[in-house]
Amino acid sequence: MKKLAGRRAAMRGLVMGAAGIAALFVGGGMSAAFAQEVNVYSYRQPYLVEPLFAKFTEQSGIKVNVIFAKKGLDERIAAEGKNSPADVILTTDIARLTGIVEKGITQPVDAAALDENIPARYRDPDDHWFGLTVRSRVVYASKERVAEGEITTYEALTDEKWKGRICVRSGTNKYNIALLSSIIAHHGEQAAKDWLLGIKDNLARKPQGNDRAQIKAVAQGECDIAIGNTYYYAVMLNDPEQRPAAEAVRMVFPNQSGEGLAGRGAHVNLSGMAMAKHAPNRDHAEKLMLFLVSDEAQHIYAEVNNEYPVKPGVAWSEMVKGWGEFKADPLPLSEIAKHRRRAIEIVNETGFDD
Amino acid sequence: MSVSADHRAAAPTHRIGWRPDFWSVGGLSIAVIVMLPVLAVAVIAAGSSGDIWPHLSQTVLPHLIRTTLLLMLGVGAGVLLLGVGTGWLVTMCRFPGRRVFEWALLAPLAMPAYITAYTYVDFLEFAGPVQTLLRDLFGWRTPRDYWFPEIRSLGGAIMVMACVLYPYVYLTARTAFLQQSVCVLEVSRTLGHGPWAVFRRVALPLARPAIAVGVILALMEAIGDFGTVDYFAVRTLTAGIYDVWLGMGSAAGAAQIALSLLGFVLLLIYVERLARRDRRFHDTTARVRALPQFTLSRPRALLAFLACLLPLMLGFLIPGGILLKMAVGRFAQSWDSAFLGYALNSLTLAAAAALVSVVIGLFLAYGQRLHNTPLQRAVTRLASIGYAVPGAVLALGVLIPFGAFDNLVDDWMRAQFGLSTGLLLSGTVIALIFAYVVRFLALSFGAVESGLAQITPSMDMAARSLGNGPGAALRRVHVPLLRGPVLTAVLLVFVDCMKELPATLILRPFNFDTLATHVYTYASTGRLEDSALAALTIVLVALLPVILLSRAIAAARPGHAAAH
Repeated sequence: MKKLAGRRAAMRGLVMGAAGIAALFVGGGMSAAFAQEVNVYSYRQPYLVEPLFAKFTEQSGIKVNVIFAKKGLDERIAAEGKNSPADVILTTDIARLTGIVEKGITQPVDAAALDENIPARYRDPDDHWFGLTVRSRVVYASKERVAEGEITTYEALTDEKWKGRICVRSGTNKYNIALLSSIIAHHGEQAAKDWLLGIKDNLARKPQGNDRAQIKAVAQGECDIAIGNTYYYAVMLNDPEQRPAAEAVRMVFPNQSGEGLAGRGAHVNLSGMAMAKHAPNRDHAEKLMLFLVSDEAQHIYAEVNNEYPVKPGVAWSEMVKGWGEFKADPLPLSEIAKHRRRAIEIVNETGFDD
Repeated sequence: MSVSADHRAAAPTHRIGWRPDFWSVGGLSIAVIVMLPVLAVAVIAAGSSGDIWPHLSQTVLPHLIRTTLLLMLGVGAGVLLLGVGTGWLVTMCRFPGRRVFEWALLAPLAMPAYITAYTYVDFLEFAGPVQTLLRDLFGWRTPRDYWFPEIRSLGGAIMVMACVLYPYVYLTARTAFLQQSVCVLEVSRTLGHGPWAVFRRVALPLARPAIAVGVILALMEAIGDFGTVDYFAVRTLTAGIYDVWLGMGSAAGAAQIALSLLGFVLLLIYVERLARRDRRFHDTTARVRALPQFTLSRPRALLAFLACLLPLMLGFLIPGGILLKMAVGRFAQSWDSAFLGYALNSLTLAAAAALVSVVIGLFLAYGQRLHNTPLQRAVTRLASIGYAVPGAVLALGVLIPFGAFDNLVDDWMRAQFGLSTGLLLSGTVIALIFAYVVRFLALSFGAVESGLAQITPSMDMAARSLGNGPGAALRRVHVPLLRGPVLTAVLLVFVDCMKELPATLILRPFNFDTLATHVYTYASTGRLEDSALAALTIVLVALLPVILLSRAIAAARPGHAAAH
């Protein structure tokens, strides 16, 4: 009896499973048959971009289909070849932007509105990639244990007085690689390597965790100084449980004043977009890209993730305004991306993460 | 003596060379299709990676290899101890709570390893509640004031992985213990063996193939893992793969490291086979009565209870409790009716992949039994190696054959009929299910193969001499005897598909989420609190079949009902 019941249950499972698959399959086919649509392959978190897409659909009547992943989307587009449904690619960092161009999976977009809305140093001279938001990689210092003005530059992080007091995430993390690339661009390879070794000597612990974990560690006294992106701080301030930790640290924009390189400005990175080479919905894709640099979309970006809009003149979020104006390193981002590979090699050579 | 420990006369039928028939050709074809992604990874690896290797070997490679080996060693020892120990206690001993432990010990299977890692870091890190409490109690302030074990370390990673991966060994060992013949055990008792000696000298050698399968599966999962080691800042070869792929922009270099990782696994399998040599152990009879159980004295029963409780606590109750606390705290913000849709997606995909994997696993394992030739063995072995390839790298391997196939069909249709078929399979759930099958075939194949190994070849011979073909023998003799291993296979694949993340992210259709991808979007930005509810849903959805199947496995032992 038991056996029979088991078999029947198994059969039922089989039939239901098959029906479910069929439903999924048909469902997928249906959405692909939508006429007014645009397909986005996104390296950015869905919750950051969905408010934007909702607004876009509301205004244009064009449905936005999204796939999000943190890696592998380039390879997927390449494998899908000329039949790839990808229209627009969204990325989180400059190396990714130049990387997809090098892979040959993008096409240039020649639209005056893009050039007008995005400052030249935040877009590709050949019109393949375009920045959308700017974020700075800054220093976080304990309010209690680090006096105001005690740390003012990236270069000073190697000072012996910080020995055993610095926390940072893995050296091979893309944001750290971009920062190191900017040091290479300004000081040269050897100096950049010495700089990284100097920081390694000052680490309070093995590199680990994400940017927020570093801020938390400062707040808890495990270290006195951390390096992190600006918007992480905002996320913490907005979270009732993490707010006390965020309030225990001070955000410092490095390299704001002084002669020459000391006053070059804080390192910034970009999130951005590009049009896929075989975009099947080219017109819709262009519409979406133009929308993303419009005042309205740029404002949503600023509000949702507390990043700096790439378009000049768009209001910052209240919180970001509170951090004050800062001077950004004017070096074009495409220059920084050139040193990416060397930067990783230096991280490996110094055994930064070991 | 009801065990034949024959050295040579094991293979049932054809030992003389490879012969094409339904089983050999079918097995080869399936194996080749399943192997395509791994072959594609090899093709990627054949590309130029520039001067990555000299650079890596002079810098981080020795460290990566050492860490990987240490991780394998630690996790291997951990799962062996926890899995075999609890499996034996629960099957063969009587102590309070045994009936609950029987299924509860499988619960950690439902916990995705990286989620467990997140919860432990949250719990034990400097800023976590444990250390904060200690500081408040003793008035310490900075880490320089006291010592506390660092959870983000190799030791921490080994602990977490051993605690969530031991169920593989527990399952395979217990299935083997359940299948053993009473006669063997009784003979060994009459020869004067106590419970320990029975375990060590009879049950353990008999269960060895199954235990080895469990350990190898756990190790494959451990070295293919990225989420956990990354979070623990433990730099294994997998970390090297991602640095080379994403940082240096060299998929070729990444694929080369992934393939050398496979070398580790093949070496492992080879060493185990070598140690086992040609020895095979089969029950000569299928008449099995209820297993006799050792009734434990009170102190021993307490020890047995604690021994079973510990892995359950570490692998399930503590991380689950932390998740529950977070989920309750944020219930209002995180409850989302879309959950039901995600859960349905997860369930359907996992069920489909589990069924397909088990059918293929059975086919390959039986085909190998019929045609035990080096070619057949090598091909089936390679077909089930996708498990040790990190999910994201395997996903790249899936993209390539699917993209090529779709574009080929499209070109042909355009040329012949002037119409475009576009992408037929890429970006559909078919590609996802295929990826799951490729990734988890090792689980179903391993479980079925070790189950088959316990069936004596004289069964095959008897069935065949009574006029049954290979197919009829499989249907009428093996499958009924294999209910336990087959259900084990279904369970393992199902649960692993529920948790699968990296390949799902890369291969999924538009606007498509499973529970795992939903959790990931939050947990990956450090907002574990916001995803706790979804994570708990995975655990609960995965737990139900774990319990049901675990009961079915216990019931699958012929004559088991008599025990209760």
